[in-house]
Amino acid sequence: MKLLLEHAHVEGIRYYDTYRKNGGYRSVEKAFKMTPEEIVEEVKKSGLRGRGGAGFPTGMKWSFLAKPEGVPRHLVCNADESEPGTFKDRYLMEFIPHLLIEGLIVSSFALGSNATYIYIRGEYAWIVDILEQAIQEAKNNGWLGKNILNTGFDCEIYVQRGGGAYICGEETALIESLEGKRGNPRIKPPFPAIQGVWMRPTVVNNVETLAAVVPIINNGGEAYAKIGVGKSTGTKLLSVCGNVKKPGIYEIDMTQTVEEFIFSDEYCGGIANGKKLKACIPGGSSVPILPANLTLKTAKGEARYMNYESLADGGFATGSMMGSGGFIVLDDSQCVVRHTMTLARFYNHESCGQCSPCREGTGWMYKILKNIEYGKGKMSDIDLLWDIQRKIEGNTICPLGDAAAWPVAAAIRHFRDEFEWHVNNPDEAQQRNYGLAHYADPIHVPVTA
Amino acid sequence: MSDQKFKVTIDNITVEVAPGTTILNAARMIGGDVTPPAMCYYSKLEGSGGKCRTCLVEVSKGSEKDPRPMPKLVASCRTTVMDGMEVKNITSPKVLDARKGVVEMLLINHPLDCPVCDQAGECHLQDLSYEHGASGTRYEFDRRTFEKEDIGDYISLHMTRCILCYRCVFTADQLTNKREHGILERGDHAEISTLLGKSLDNEFIGNVIDVCPVGALTDKTFRFKNRVWFTKPVDAHRDCPTCSGKVRLWMRGDEVFRVTARKDQWGEVEEWICNDCRFHKKETKDWVIEGPSKIDRHSVISQGHYVGVKKQPVLIDKVIGKNPKLLLDIHKVSDVNRPEIELSKIEGPAHSDDFKPNK
Ligand SMILES: Cc1cc2nc3c(=O)[nH]c(=O)nc-3n(C[C@H](O)[C@H](O)[C@H](O)COP(=O)(O)O)c2cc1C
Ligand code: SF4
Ligand code: SF4
Ligand code: FES
Repeated sequence: MKLLLEHAHVEGIRYYDTYRKNGGYRSVEKAFKMTPEEIVEEVKKSGLRGRGGAGFPTGMKWSFLAKPEGVPRHLVCNADESEPGTFKDRYLMEFIPHLLIEGLIVSSFALGSNATYIYIRGEYAWIVDILEQAIQEAKNNGWLGKNILNTGFDCEIYVQRGGGAYICGEETALIESLEGKRGNPRIKPPFPAIQGVWMRPTVVNNVETLAAVVPIINNGGEAYAKIGVGKSTGTKLLSVCGNVKKPGIYEIDMTQTVEEFIFSDEYCGGIANGKKLKACIPGGSSVPILPANLTLKTAKGEARYMNYESLADGGFATGSMMGSGGFIVLDDSQCVVRHTMTLARFYNHESCGQCSPCREGTGWMYKILKNIEYGKGKMSDIDLLWDIQRKIEGNTICPLGDAAAWPVAAAIRHFRDEFEWHVNNPDEAQQRNYGLAHYADPIHVPVTA
Repeated sequence: MSDQKFKVTIDNITVEVAPGTTILNAARMIGGDVTPPAMCYYSKLEGSGGKCRTCLVEVSKGSEKDPRPMPKLVASCRTTVMDGMEVKNITSPKVLDARKGVVEMLLINHPLDCPVCDQAGECHLQDLSYEHGASGTRYEFDRRTFEKEDIGDYISLHMTRCILCYRCVFTADQLTNKREHGILERGDHAEISTLLGKSLDNEFIGNVIDVCPVGALTDKTFRFKNRVWFTKPVDAHRDCPTCSGKVRLWMRGDEVFRVTARKDQWGEVEEWICNDCRFHKKETKDWVIEGPSKIDRHSVISQGHYVGVKKQPVLIDKVIGKNPKLLLDIHKVSDVNRPEIELSKIEGPAHSDDFKPNK
């Protein structure tokens, strides 16, 4: 089932003429015959959830937008995509940029944003050119600018490049950065819906979220909600990386089991090089890692599915999260300790440094993990790590603190014996990896909170 | 509207406050041990607070209308009260545990060079660790260090001691008209710096020294001249064309060692003073002396004389199950801290001999 990437393979779809011939910009024509409130209502009906990581219902977010008289409002597209393992927005913007522009025009109309911004990851330099070209083409064809299609609605889209900080993907840090300031997350409240860019009401949405508005308007919110299962409606883009045969971008309708997704030829094609599945991080580097058995099955022994609810089944004790859709697969030659250390280094490097637990704790965790990985760890370090992540989680300004804590917590929770093996066998740990252990076997999983 | 009051209960003690008051300020109205420590919030600096996380509290009841508890601990300095809100500070084991964690985090990269630090004796981090920290550390790595730096002729920046509270950044931004003092880099490698390493020459910039809770920003005209607890704080004023001229002199005998702004019981500057008063007026004849300062924080400076403090009506009984006493009373164990010695009665400079037990 493809909605977003339906025409991704069409030769020349990056350019306006081809895009238009394949049904592009129909949703704008349709939307302009509706009222902004009707569009918000359609999005609500669609059940669309934010694709940036938190999964917050988009229609609800839109309805929270304050509309004080005489104050401009803004829509900001979050294209900062810097979460390790996540590269779906890049693909969408690179290959079908007009889909995003189309979604932005419809959403800007619904929210009353006359100046809409795309805040794009600094390293995506070449995509800035692609987007700007698409914006120019849309403008030349009357979809942007003043009095679009004689509706009286004006809209401009501006592309702003980030300076290379993961934290600028957090919506309030993004807003600060967009304003030209240091990208420190703001303390909430006030929320962006009340005071965002330049203290004006602002909606920040992910690239994929805004692109999904196109099929929602084209086919209707109800039709969109019929796709998927439960509260996981519509289609979701996943960027798959790691030890699978076919890494890349997949669009799924969230009805597949994880097993089918990893092993069937239609998707990832199984584990590469004849190895075995060891672990999986289903939603980008910030979400908890799961051992093979819990990747494929929930703690209750039921099949795990590729959707918001099923991936989160069991909470953090035995489940994980859909997150940003960065699906990372580890085979039995991967070392969980090393992997966790790499992530800890990332969060240490990317913490903005405002709040003490995150600023200091991320560095501390990285140093301890480095010791364990390089054979200098102590048994007590494992408990210390656990305590540090516990002291960070929930006690910080923005969720980066949590995002730094969760991977460490999950690695210790599920792979503690691998950490212990590193401590007990420092020399051997330098020579070889721990391997699969018993995690790929269907072991009994304690159902604890 | 203006006389509308919100009832908020903190550690079982109820106060009525104006809407818009933060939990921290409501707690300060109660005073005493139910007031969360604040290392970054500064009531005079707009936008300050929320960063250090020492003031975290548990909101066990959101409000009368919506009694649901808040899912996470909140920064009391940036969370406003609601009518009927119930807050737990020292009655919440969760808060005490988290706060201990915050203190530990603040200390892991701190040099702990108090013996050679000018701030010792009036350092909020010392007070905080003493009241809320653990006695040891679990940190076994090299601490982060930076080169010492002079920012201008009068201010020394010892970045290694900085806790990144951002107070000096807000001060430089809000008191002076040019923004040339800020933070470079991010995370644990972030540092305070000035525009292109330029000196700060604004006439109010000296106030960054007073807002700094630790010894990261110190007065070069006072550096290493004395320990603060050997100098006597005296309130004084002069007719200053630039600022209010209301200052605190730190004296030994007739010698003025240091001039600072006056601070209130929360360690906050009462009125900003100009560089001229602070750095250039170091003679007694420059000043009209008002009398000994009332120092009422539990600092070593006060030598146990909490002059001017309203005695806490023993509210603590209400604080169920907790005995929020200091872990140890420094005045009982240190020779230098003799409550029975009235500093202002000592003639001439106070000297360590004055505190000898046989005196
Ligand atoms: C540290 C951090 C980094 C984030 N990075 C991104 C990002 O790169 N792209 C994104 O869309 N959302 C990111 N988010 C989530 C945003 O804060 C915000 O929730 C999202 O843009 C909302 O869009 P949505 O509702 O469409 O998902 C990040 C959040 C955090 C805490
Ligand atoms: S949690 Fe980390 S990244 Fe977020 S505001 Fe605090 S220090 Fe910055
Ligand atoms: S130098 Fe002092 S005031 Fe400035 S951020 Fe550091 S600790 Fe805070
Ligand atoms: S005083 Fe509230 S977070 Fe620092």
